[in-house]
Amino acid sequence: MRWIWIDKFVEFESGRRAAAVKNVTLTEEHLHDHFPEFPIMPECLMIEAMAQTSGILVGEAHGFQEKVILAKISKAVFFNYVRPGDSLRLDAAIQTISPEGASTSGRILRGDELIAEIDLMFSHVDQNLAGKKFPEENFVFTGTFASLLRDMALNDTSLNAKPTESRG
Amino acid sequence: MAMSRDEIFQKIQGVLVDALGVDDDEVTTDATLMGDLGAESIDFLDIVFRLEKTFGIKVPREELFPAEGLLNNPELISGGKLTSKGLAELRAKVPHTDLTQFEKNPEISKLADLFTVDAIVNYIDGRLNRV
Repeated sequence: MRWIWIDKFVEFESGRRAAAVKNVTLTEEHLHDHFPEFPIMPECLMIEAMAQTSGILVGEAHGFQEKVILAKISKAVFFNYVRPGDSLRLDAAIQTISPEGASTSGRILRGDELIAEIDLMFSHVDQNLAGKKFPEENFVFTGTFASLLRDMALNDTSLNAKPTESRG
Repeated sequence: MAMSRDEIFQKIQGVLVDALGVDDDEVTTDATLMGDLGAESIDFLDIVFRLEKTFGIKVPREELFPAEGLLNNPELISGGKLTSKGLAELRAKVPHTDLTQFEKNPEISKLADLFTVDAIVNYIDGRLNRV
């Protein structure tokens, strides 16, 4: 999760729910091929946008100390196309969170119109893969995500406090 | 409030249909979660979360799927089988599971077969009705 696919958070209730915005633009190159003369946002990238929104919500709940990995797409239902120029709102809520991971529910809206329902599961990977070693540093939540939360007044400053890293 | 085994089974059937994307009729009492229903490790966490919501109780993962923890302990495994100490630990951990078949040949590869729908029904029944 080192590339950023949402634009910013507009609401954030720690450990409960959050909302982010993703603006879709024809300057995104893949839209030129998906499809020629009929550009629509790939549904897998709507899932990615929700995974980032929900994943940051889950990560923040534990102060960005866990490596939060998308583990399962429990549900992904799409109701309409998303076109260049659309502004999407991503609403995510934590359903359950435990030391091992979390389940989230999510809705993507364009104005009042429901575009998609996406429910996900995340794994706190250090808690689940006994014996497997991961790097010490949190490769999921690097400083690059801090800008997404720029408008949010979060008590937790662990993400913002880290220097901006550029890896990979 | 007491709940009959049949009611418990029906709710668990719903949980597994949602968590694993299987059909109602695939979720029989003797179906194994991994072999028959295609569950992977993250699905166990999903099932735990859904059981907690459905039945309104806290379900520690190591209570519901205790054999998971045994697999990582070299003291309890020898030559691909559970040792007698391992078997004793397993018995203590899964009082709600019938181990008679498994004990005849306790290969750890067969441990996955112990995760049956019936084992979940037994566990929930025990939690709800035998307090």
